[in-house]
Amino acid sequence: MTQDIYIVIEHLRGQVADISYIMLAAARELAQSAGGNVIAVLLGHNAKELAANFAADQVIYLDHPALADFTPDAYQKALADLIQKNQPRAVLFGSTSIGSDLASVLSIRLDLPLASSCRSFTKDGKFVSQICGGKIMAEGALPSPTALVTMIPGGYKSEEGKSTQPPTLTPAEVPALDALRVALKNYVEPQAGDVDIAKEPILISVGRGIQNKDNIALAEDLATALGGVVTGSRPVIDQAWLPSSRLVGKSGKHVKPKIYFTLGISGAPEHVEAITDSDTIIAINTDPKAPIFDIAKYGVEMDLFDLVEVLTEKVKQAK
Amino acid sequence: MNIVVLAKLVPDLVEELTIDANGNALDSSFARLIINEFDDHAIEQGILLKERGGGSVTIIAPDAEGADDVLFTAAAKGADRLIKIKGDFSNVNNHALARAFAKVVSGIKPDLVLTGVQAHNDLDGALGPLLAELLEMPYIGYVSAVSINGDKVLIKKEYPGGLLAEMDVQLPAILGIQAAEEPPRYVAVSKVRQAMKTSSIEEQDASNLDPCGGSAIGRMFQPEASSHATMITGSPDEVAEKLVGVFKELGIV
Amino acid sequence: MIVAEADRSFYDRVLQATPEGERLRLCLECGNCSGICPFGYLMAYPPSRMIAMLRADRFDKLLEADSIWMCVSCYACTAACPSKIPLTPGLMASIKEELVLAGNVPNELQNALTNSQRYGNPLGESPRKRADWANRIAPEVKIMGKFKQPVDVLWFVGDYASYHPRVQSTTRALARILNALGVDFGILGPDESSDGDSQRLAGEHGLFEMLADKNGKAFGKYKFNQIITTDPHAYNAIKNEYPKLGISYPIQHYTEFLAERLDQIKPMLKRESKAKVTYHDPCYLGRANGVFDPPRALIKAIPGVTLAEMLHNHTNSLCCGGGGGGMWLDGFQWEKAHVRLSEWRVREALDTKADILAVACPYETPRFEDAAKTVEGAAQLKVKDIAELLLEAMGI
Repeated sequence: MTQDIYIVIEHLRGQVADISYIMLAAARELAQSAGGNVIAVLLGHNAKELAANFAADQVIYLDHPALADFTPDAYQKALADLIQKNQPRAVLFGSTSIGSDLASVLSIRLDLPLASSCRSFTKDGKFVSQICGGKIMAEGALPSPTALVTMIPGGYKSEEGKSTQPPTLTPAEVPALDALRVALKNYVEPQAGDVDIAKEPILISVGRGIQNKDNIALAEDLATALGGVVTGSRPVIDQAWLPSSRLVGKSGKHVKPKIYFTLGISGAPEHVEAITDSDTIIAINTDPKAPIFDIAKYGVEMDLFDLVEVLTEKVKQAK
Repeated sequence: MNIVVLAKLVPDLVEELTIDANGNALDSSFARLIINEFDDHAIEQGILLKERGGGSVTIIAPDAEGADDVLFTAAAKGADRLIKIKGDFSNVNNHALARAFAKVVSGIKPDLVLTGVQAHNDLDGALGPLLAELLEMPYIGYVSAVSINGDKVLIKKEYPGGLLAEMDVQLPAILGIQAAEEPPRYVAVSKVRQAMKTSSIEEQDASNLDPCGGSAIGRMFQPEASSHATMITGSPDEVAEKLVGVFKELGIV
Repeated sequence: MIVAEADRSFYDRVLQATPEGERLRLCLECGNCSGICPFGYLMAYPPSRMIAMLRADRFDKLLEADSIWMCVSCYACTAACPSKIPLTPGLMASIKEELVLAGNVPNELQNALTNSQRYGNPLGESPRKRADWANRIAPEVKIMGKFKQPVDVLWFVGDYASYHPRVQSTTRALARILNALGVDFGILGPDESSDGDSQRLAGEHGLFEMLADKNGKAFGKYKFNQIITTDPHAYNAIKNEYPKLGISYPIQHYTEFLAERLDQIKPMLKRESKAKVTYHDPCYLGRANGVFDPPRALIKAIPGVTLAEMLHNHTNSLCCGGGGGGMWLDGFQWEKAHVRLSEWRVREALDTKADILAVACPYETPRFEDAAKTVEGAAQLKVKDIAELLLEAMGI
């Protein structure tokens, strides 16, 4: 039994997922109130270099060919063994395609309590979860003895989970990973052809304010810098400045990105109804009374042509 | 192929949500309930599998206002058997719900169990993986395609950015459906009415509603909603700088 | 002509939908319907060819083609038919119903139908918030369930008038006018459900019955002398369809109700206007129900206003594209046609050199305002509901 906070690192094809760093940052806050260490748990195969920038006191590394890629079965077995042996104060999982397959199963298998959709921890170590589409927050004491927690982004900055100081890497024994019921066959790359804007996490959306087709390139540049996709409101699609697959609105697609960044969109109801599920809306418009500002989290009253190129440059520098 | 689909009802976010007098749970008396949207996809995927390869589809829902509608609508779509679990499910957690489902599901001996990958009010994990472990079945979530292949299913699991993993799962198994291969179909009101006349709902009692394994909530509250955007001001350079700060905070640069 | 057994059931359904369904057999194949249909030129099977296919026992072909979803139920074909075949409510609605029953429904329409089932309105808004538009009106708008007393006039507000942010301002305008006239009125608020007429014409007859039943029960709970409505679709439903289900109440469109009170209204219209106004006849007020004059009388009562007619007016009015499910098929129809009926109409309004396009249906203000954004030279054209024009002229 320790007061350590474990973070189950998520990685996919050689890339550490952003949520892992967010959890490292969260764990630091929790470790301070619990009085333990921040310990990253890395499962993989020949993957220890992934740990180089973890802001952790220690990295427990479980190396096994069956852990090279995520499969629920193998990861559950390896983690069950580790958690049972070490009994940390808490284990953080991403509320993601990887972490969600692990936490609930381990809660039953190890008879440990689980708190899900946690966004942050309070100074005195309580978890704060965000549910019901962001409309409700739920707070509770971190359950004992070992709390399993799934985490959503929003409460911590991923850069706080990174360090230039490589952490100590401690290999741990991996239990027998046999009788696995799930096998990875292969990965399927996103289909060529046009993207499904309903599934994209970052959308740069242009309205009439973009003025002509050539100016779409400005939005494209910003989207490329941010790793997003350009969408448009009806007038833009009608003018064929963008293909109809990029239409956001009543007659187009309903979207739910993490960031919906609008350039020259006023926010007609037909457009707004399709974007209300977005996590964060940032709006640039010259009209301070544009209704888009009523639903945006951040607003800028400015001519988009004054801003977009400067912003694109700054984003590139920040990357 | 004996397919079971679990459907639960959740508060409809179209309505304002309220916290109960104790301050640590949703006021269930005021909430309007609606099928968990992912469970709707799970039902659709179950029906698609049946249409493609035969078999039977059983829908199980815990008792709540609107559960009968959910079950009869599923019957109108092509479900064969409807089961309602009786008990007081207001404000029970998923651990308790999973235990109630476990008893009913194990009695059916399914080959495949489908459920929505999550629900917006999950506070102690998702129903699917909890149930899977109680029944000692393998579980995969975030599934958006399923094909049955002998004693296995080949599934597609979604990762961020449109990447998919194809995985083989041994049956019997439980899948958490992110999206059915086709959007849930529309059933005309007259067809639902027809189903109400021709199909029946079996009722089974919930054995135990043991919430052990969930986490106690001390306080629930509503985050303060800002009715107007926080305006970022300054020169284009300054505004760009501040926006990059926002992007960093949101973890995208 | 031998009608195959399979088609017998279809004729039965058309008969069920309208008393005169059998008139389909009287089709002359003159093609008037296809010619006058605003989307006819885009349909693989415009109305007259639909009937021809039916006669040729190729109903399957009709179902395969998605021509039918281009139908905006505007009644133009029905009005033009020399054989008086009930094309819109019979043939069109029944073909749509066939597709709805088979689950073969375009996505947008499916959402509107699901919302109507679930929330009693196609917008998917909370039924509890149906009266929220009235929050800041003084004197207070009486919600029947709270007020619990008889009123003279029950105002059936309708879906878009209740929820659509643009149309809400029209709704508030009418509430202020009714208050100024001293009308004793109330609304159903959360007890009101969608009238269901557009859902019916989009082929969801069961849903229509369900919604009508709810409204019938709500009407039955309260005491009032007559119903008025803002929405021509609700007007059509309550006037012509609800009685078939045993729900009978006297109903007027608000323009009829106000036109009857012109003597009282005229002295209140103090603000002169130099505007040239053209009036768009809503399909379900004009063509389908013959209400042409009251709206015009109200416009002409505003001092200084001149009324100009568009090329298509009265029975020949052009549809805004919103009816019969068109409101929920915008994306589908745009994909097919790359034209919008609302834009066509806005161009006709521009041709009259009008300053204001006046409307009397809640579908129209947002549709025409939206169209005016993309039609060249339409930036100055104002789209106003008659209630808004009257309120402005009253200066209150």
